[in-house]
Formats: sequence, C-alpha cells, structure tokens
Amino acid sequence: MNRRLLLRAVLILLVGGAALAAVLASLYMAREREARETAQVLTGKTFAEPGQVPIGGPFTLVDHIGRTVTEKDFGGRYLLVFFGFSNCPDVCPTTLGDIASALDLLGAEADAVQPLFVSLDPERDTPERLAEYVAAFHPKIVGLTGTAEQIAAVAKEYRAFYEKVSAASYYAQEIGGADDKSAPGDDYLISHQGNTYLMSPKSEYLTHFTYGTKPEEMAKTVRKAIAKFGNPAAEK
Amino acid sequence: MRHLIVTVFAVVALGLVPWTADAQQGSGSVAVEQPWARASIGTTRPAAAYLTLVNNGGGIVRLASIESPVAGRAEVHRTVKQGEVMRMEPAGTIELPAGGRVVLEPGGLHIMLMDLKQPLKKGESFPLMLRFADGPTVEVTVPIMGPGARGPNQ
Repeated sequence: MNRRLLLRAVLILLVGGAALAAVLASLYMAREREARETAQVLTGKTFAEPGQVPIGGPFTLVDHIGRTVTEKDFGGRYLLVFFGFSNCPDVCPTTLGDIASALDLLGAEADAVQPLFVSLDPERDTPERLAEYVAAFHPKIVGLTGTAEQIAAVAKEYRAFYEKVSAASYYAQEIGGADDKSAPGDDYLISHQGNTYLMSPKSEYLTHFTYGTKPEEMAKTVRKAIAKFGNPAAEK
Repeated sequence: MRHLIVTVFAVVALGLVPWTADAQQGSGSVAVEQPWARASIGTTRPAAAYLTLVNNGGGIVRLASIESPVAGRAEVHRTVKQGEVMRMEPAGTIELPAGGRVVLEPGGLHIMLMDLKQPLKKGESFPLMLRFADGPTVEVTVPIMGPGARGPNQ
C-alpha cells in the first residue's frame, strides 16, 4: 500500500515537473520570438520616420580626449551609438570590430558617419582608458564617458538597459556561495544591451542593429540611409 | 555454481577492460582545434581566447582547468543573450560526450584571460594549457589576432 502511494507521488511529481518545464519553455520561446519580431520590424527594410521613435536625445558627456561634448558636436553626421564597457572581453570587441569593418566597407561615405562608444562603466573608464580602448578598433570611433548620472541619463534615452554584476555574485551562481577566493571583491562586470543605434544627422532614431549584425549589413543600411536622408556633412 | 559465478565475473571483467581503456583513451584523444585570441588592450582588462574542443574518444571528457603563463587566471565563461541584453556567466565544467564537440566563439563560450601578465600583441602567440579531469594536459599555441577579430583567419 505504502509503495503504491509512493509510486503515485513520484508519478505526480514527474508529470507536474514536465508540465512546469513545458510551460517555462513555451514562455521563454514566446519572449524570444517577440524580441526577434520587434528587432525585425525595427531593423527591416524601412527606417523609422525621423523624430517618430523616442529613442536617443540630447546628452552631455566627456569624450576620450577629455572634452565635454553634447550631441550637437557630432551634428551633421549619422551616429552609430553603441553602449558597453572597456573591460568587456567578448561582446564589446566583437561589436566594435564589426563597426570598424563597416566603416572600412563604407569607404569615403564613412565621413558621413560618427561612431560613438558610450561607456556604461564611468567608474573605471576614464577618458585616458577609453582613448586607449577605442583607438585599438578604429580611429573614427569616439569614446564617451561622464558622471554616473550623465551615463544613466543617456542610457535611459536610448533604452539601453545595464546592470553591474559583482564578481562575488557572478561566481555565486556557479559555486553556490560568495566565499570563492578566486573572485576578487572589487571586480565586476556589466550586463548590458547589445544594440547599435543608427541616428540621423539630427540625432533622430532611424534604426538599430542587434548584436551580431554583419558589417556588410550595417554598411548597406548606412548607405541606404545616406541615399534617403542625404549627407549634410558633405554639403558643408 | 561457483564456476558460473567465476565465469560471469570474468566475462564482466573482460568486458570492462576495453571499456575502461577506451575511457582513458577518450581523455587522451581530445583534440584542440583552431585556437586564437584577440589582442589585449593594455594589461588591465581581461582578454578572450577561443577554440574548438573535439572528443575523439569513447568516454566523457571534462575540462578541469586552464592555465597560461600570460594570465593569472583563465576560465571558460559564457555570453548569454537575454532578449537584447548580453550577460556573462562562468560556464562551469565543460563536458564533452564521446564524439562530442564544443565550439568557443565570439558571443558564446570564451576563455577569459584575467590578470594579464603581459599585453597580448597581434601577430604574436602564447601557450595555453588545458587540463582534462583524469586525463592529460593538452598544450596549444594560441595565435593573437586583432582586437576586434571575429575568427582565427583575420
């Protein structure tokens, strides 16, 4: 009798577990699909009507040479805006490498474009550190940093989510405790949104590239934007 | 009866011998293909290295640890894409089933080289030791590509 009860309990647990897993998996897949569809709509063939999508806006930041700059200092050029941090070993170098290749593919048309790398790590990314970092990828890329408040403001405008993850909690997921000696306390990483925004010469949102977009695709879209919206930088 | 037990035991033991040997060979026949790293920018930031692990043996193989004279610490980490947010996490133990293949590439699994002892310069190379649990240590020479390289051929 007892054994039968036990069997029944195990069976219920198994079926329940499987059902829960199925529900979680379908929820996850639905969310992934939604994200993909949104990205497709926004990065599809058409650009957003300039001024219609409330992404981006005015900012005051410090460039990698140490000058205080606003969006107006880059006016007249299309902006490629990417958020990251210079201690980021995988995602940021990949995207900056892709942006650099896209600029090379654009040739003379790259003069119409200003790529901006906005640091989400103002604590460690001083102008000097950023200068060293962006120069490694392409001479055209400008690194931007600022106070924590300035960075928070620009990230919010661009809907660029970011979150500091301490090494202790990072390793805690893995080993189930924060007492791992291999994780120095002052060390941290930043989870962040991986989009690159293409903004009009008036800093209006046109489209964005999700992480992993090929440089060829980026260059093609930038060319299309220049053909459609003109090149004020060349007219000056 | 005793004969039967001895026979059964012998058959099982014989069956186990090649099996165990195979498992050991399994750890011994891990191939490390196409290692490459990105040039570091100074020494105060972690660098990343990538490669492909192939288990040609018949048993499960686990990557226990990674060492390199150029870094104080080396670990496999994973970039996870959650919607539009990119997050990193330690990958834990990398396990290769018999005949299995694990690719470390940008945007996915990567070897984080931390506490760099020297800058990784494009065009140079460095040794990397991959220690497998209950198995050998495989040493590979990792060529250094550009800081934004996407693969070993750039």
